[in-house]
Formats: sequence, structure tokens, C-alpha cells
Amino acid sequence: MTIETDAPDDVVDPGPLTTGSRTTAVLGGVALVAIAVLALFGLVLSPADANQGEAVRILYVHVPSATAAYIGCFLTTTGSVLYLWRRSRWWELVAFAGAEVATLFTVITLVTGMLWGRPTWGVFWVWDARLTSTAMLLLLLLGYLAVRRLSADYEVRAKRAAIVGLLLVPNVIIVRQSVQWWRTLHQKPTLFSNGLDSRIEGLMLFSLFTGFIAIALVFLWLLIHRFRVAWLAEQVAEEGLEAAIAERRAEGASA
Amino acid sequence: MWADAWLVAVKDLRIEFRSRVALNQVLPFALLVLVLFAFALDPDRGLLEKATPGLYWVAVLFSALLALGRSFSVESADGVRDALRLSGLPPVALWLGKVLSVAIQLLVLEVVLGAGIIVLYGTSVTGWPLLLMTIVVATVAIATAGTLYGVVAAGLRVRETLLPLLVLPVLAPVLIGSTRAFEAALGGTPSEGWPWVGLMSVFAAVYVVAGALGFGPLMEET
Repeated sequence: MTIETDAPDDVVDPGPLTTGSRTTAVLGGVALVAIAVLALFGLVLSPADANQGEAVRILYVHVPSATAAYIGCFLTTTGSVLYLWRRSRWWELVAFAGAEVATLFTVITLVTGMLWGRPTWGVFWVWDARLTSTAMLLLLLLGYLAVRRLSADYEVRAKRAAIVGLLLVPNVIIVRQSVQWWRTLHQKPTLFSNGLDSRIEGLMLFSLFTGFIAIALVFLWLLIHRFRVAWLAEQVAEEGLEAAIAERRAEGASA
Repeated sequence: MWADAWLVAVKDLRIEFRSRVALNQVLPFALLVLVLFAFALDPDRGLLEKATPGLYWVAVLFSALLALGRSFSVESADGVRDALRLSGLPPVALWLGKVLSVAIQLLVLEVVLGAGIIVLYGTSVTGWPLLLMTIVVATVAIATAGTLYGVVAAGLRVRETLLPLLVLPVLAPVLIGSTRAFEAALGGTPSEGWPWVGLMSVFAAVYVVAGALGFGPLMEET
């Protein structure tokens, strides 16, 4: 990706001209291969867990997805700060793309978590600190996206969304801390004591590692594409208005 | 700056005093919520007593949404927003004024609701200092965060539906903290409630800073 530099919007640099490029095509191919490898190791080659049985395989997707969701949130806050500070449209679109991809991975995290929880704990949902704060994270992201998708001028949408995006990570931290206190004052956090934190080795560790790589590649691919689509959409919106004005002027002149 | 903020707050409170929307509509709504909770959780089964702190703060949050919506809908009429920008008042003062007027309205609301739970739900208070401190800190937290997100949603057609989606998840820590502190103050051990007041103070401090910095750019826009 050489054409996307951090430039102001009037610019020499035209930005992306299509939704994909040769680099992203290669990246997508590698991501597909990584998913295939993950499926092979996660579903076939790695053994079932002594405590969790076959359900442990869900974690090879679940844990990397949660990490990807957090990275997406950090991108959103970083992008929002840089937009407010330097008026960089590039970073504003990175923030938007980050939030959308983070929302997707938060949903994947929650769904896979519930599917894992049902056989392991016997219930889909417990009011554990991690689960609750992840659910709140999803709601905060949906709030950001609601503001970003308002039907208003780009400047209005971008600025208001950037304020919400700026506060995203601080909010997640405060919510997490409060939920943590709330649960631990009532009950001891025992849920993960024989789950994630227990020793993990051999093929299982390798499968988890493959999961991280596959999800990272998918994350990157989605992020780049979402960015490019958003960039093109803003471009079209602007040109559309200019073209319409020019058309009306031409009408007026001919009449 | 405080003098300017006070000017804005007095303006909002004067509008409120003359129109009496909060008094005649928001306050009755809050009391209605208390009565509805009593219908939903039969008072004779003891559920209501246990749930009182949570119900109180849920009622406050819902009413606060109405008060916040009102605080920004008075701005959208007659070009008040533009007039405020032309007034030369610093944005921080505008924001603080908004926070003050919302906080004062919320305090009145909370006192009435507090009387409501004592009279209607038969609640007894064991820790007055904790109770009062919780009310003050939670009010500042709700008013600062609510006002900041209120201006994000201000002037948009989807304002009424957008504001709850933005504010309620953000205020979740305040709901948790104020409810736990109230549990401690209403029949519990008051010393257990003070860490929650601390958490809400941190929250309020974050939003005072964020609001002071964020309000300027939001007011500049066309």
C-alpha cells in the first residue's frame, strides 16, 4: 500500500482509486490460506481438551477475535485524535474503518464466546466482568457508528463521530473497571481458572498461534478494503454534489 | 469564566422556570416510573425493597435523558445556537453553563425521587453523608457526560433516538457505582459505598476535561 499517505484533502495524491489493489489481492489470498491452515489444525489435527472437550476448538477463533476487536478500538480512538488535532481525513477514515471492523470482531467474540460457554459452563451467558464489558463495548461501538453514519455533511459527521471515537477507549477502560469491581465484590472470578489461563501446549498452542495469524490477516484485509470503500464513497459524494451544481448551472444558462 | 457559565445556566433555568416543562412533565414522569416499578414488582413480596437503589437510579437516568433532550431542544429553536456562538462567550463557559443548569434540574428531581422512595417504598436511610455525596457526584457525572453527548446529537433529526444510544452505555459505570453506593447508604454498611463514590469522581473528572476540550470544536461547526 504505497499510495495512501497522510496528506490533506486538496492534494496531489488521488488516494485509492479502486476498492482493492494487487497487494490486497495477495493479502486476501494469504488470509484464505491461513484460514484453511487454521481449520486443519484447529478442527482436525489438534486434540480435544481434557476439561473443555471439543469446545476448546472455538477458542482458536474466539481469543484472536477479541484481540482484533481491541486493536480496532485503539485505531478508532487514535484516528479520532489525529483527525481532531491535524484535520487529517485519512485518519478519520481509518477511525471509521477500525470501528466497523472492530464491531464485526466484537460480535464474533460474543457469539463464539456464548457457543463455548454453553457446553463448558452450561449457560450461554454469565454476568462475568469480561462478558459484560465486551457487551458494553459492542454498544459503545454501535453508538459511534450511528453518529458516523448520520445523514449530514461530512464535516459535521466526522467531527461529532471523532468526539465519540476519542472517548471510546477511555469509556471502555472505565466500564471495564467498574464492571470488574461490581462482579468481584459479589463473587470470585473463577470462570477462567481452568479455561484460558491453564497450561496450554503442543498442537493446541500452535493452533491458537495459527488463529492469531489468520485473524490478523483477515482483520488487515477487511480494514484496508473498508478504508478504500469509505474513501471512494466520500469522493463520490463530493463529486456528485459538484456535478449536480454544474448541471443546474448549465440548465440555467441554456434557458 | 464562571460568571459567563452562570449567565448561560441562568438563561436555561429562566426558560425552564417560565415554561415549566421539567416541572410539569419530566418530574411527573419520574414519579410515574416509580409507581410503574411498584406495579411490576409487587411491593408485598419484598422484591421492591431489595431493588430500590437500582430502580431509583434507573428512574433518574431515564428522566435525565428527557432533561438533556429538553436542554438542547431549547437551543435549536430561533437560531439560539448561532446567537450563542455570536455572543463571544468562551465555549468552555457555554458548556459549563449547560452542565450547571442540567445538574440543578437533576438535583431537584433526585430530591423529589428520594422523597418518593422513602414515602412510597418505605426505605430507611442509614448513611446520610454517603447518600448526599453519591447524589452530588453522580449528578455531576451524569450532567457532564450527558451534556457532551447531548451536543453531539444536538440539531439532528434523529436526536431523540440517538442520545439514549450514546449516553446510556457510557453512563453504565455511574449506574453501577451509584446503585452500589445507595445500597450501602440505604440499610447497608456505609463504608462499602465510598469506593464507588471515588470511581464516579474519576468518571466525572474525565468528562469535565473531555467536555471542556470537546465543546469548542463542536460549537464551531456550521
